[in-house]
Amino acid sequence: MELANLQRRYLDFTSPLFHEGILDNQFTQLQQLQDESNPEFVLEVVTLFFDDSEKLLNELTRTLDQQVVDFKKVDAHVHQFKGSSASIGAQRVKNVCMAFRNYCEEMDQEGCLTCLQQLKQEYFLVKNKLETLFKLEQQIVAAGGSIPMMW
Amino acid sequence: MGVDRQAQFHVLAVDDSLIDRKLIERLLTTSSYQVTTVDSVSKALELLGLREEPGVLSPDSSDKNEIEVNLIITDYCMPGMTGYDLLKRIKGSSSLKDIPVVIMSSENVPSRINRCLEGGAEEFFLKPMQLSDMTKLRPYMQKGKLKEEQQQQSQQQEEKNSNDGNVSHKRKAAMDDDDEVKPEKTRPRLSCSSSAYT
Repeated sequence: MELANLQRRYLDFTSPLFHEGILDNQFTQLQQLQDESNPEFVLEVVTLFFDDSEKLLNELTRTLDQQVVDFKKVDAHVHQFKGSSASIGAQRVKNVCMAFRNYCEEMDQEGCLTCLQQLKQEYFLVKNKLETLFKLEQQIVAAGGSIPMMW
Repeated sequence: MGVDRQAQFHVLAVDDSLIDRKLIERLLTTSSYQVTTVDSVSKALELLGLREEPGVLSPDSSDKNEIEVNLIITDYCMPGMTGYDLLKRIKGSSSLKDIPVVIMSSENVPSRINRCLEGGAEEFFLKPMQLSDMTKLRPYMQKGKLKEEQQQQSQQQEEKNSNDGNVSHKRKAAMDDDDEVKPEKTRPRLSCSSSAYT
């Protein structure tokens, strides 16, 4: 049965994301808030996250590239990024942000640059995973089924 | 009696993060509250009929531009005025001081938490907020509503005014504060939404 396969594929793809700490319980919370009256809720929130994150990453790259780095500004951006990643359950991104803030406090440009690299890696990883997740969900819905939930 | 107990509680949510506003709005709506979200303290004050500068009363503070709010939930850390500033303004206003205020923050800073609780916040939540946190809000709103009803009842008795039993939900600007007993402060408690926050 096509639908059963799609649903199995979805679970096989999604489970590891939680096990590997890419997503945490907050993402599940978002899924629980989605229903027939708000069928696109998760997609909407995550899309906001993508838009916000890419702006922040650009800003961070620019700010850390200055001759004299404004660490307060860097910290403010990272603080925002930490908040938004926490809000959607992007756990690894959030964790990098926490480490990043420590380097800001110490005004350690090297450390900050390393964190920025890590941040980009983790962000694009979670973005990639979520985009695939949404595609799999769309396929299930198109096949007339419901998305199996993890809880 | 005319008290409409089926009427939804109205929550004013203040947060500069668009994502968090969307989240809190959904959480509150799912929990059957009516929600208004704003992105700054100054917008919140405007909605509530307070001007930005303390001590300056809007001329028609008893009527226009005032919305009925049963609870204010605000982020702590915002550019411009903070959630703490909003808390102080609300608690310092004779007409608004009885509105319960709840504060959210992404950071677990004990001194910040204590400051907020001492400033009159009912509770302090760590972000991100979850569905289970929403049920904790209801008692504050119920207490506030009950207090409002009691105030109105005692005002009615005083004025010996027959209002045809219609209890208005609009908050009147208090001309003189009733000598009422301050509500018991809830025992300060830290609400952690997740143990992942160290």
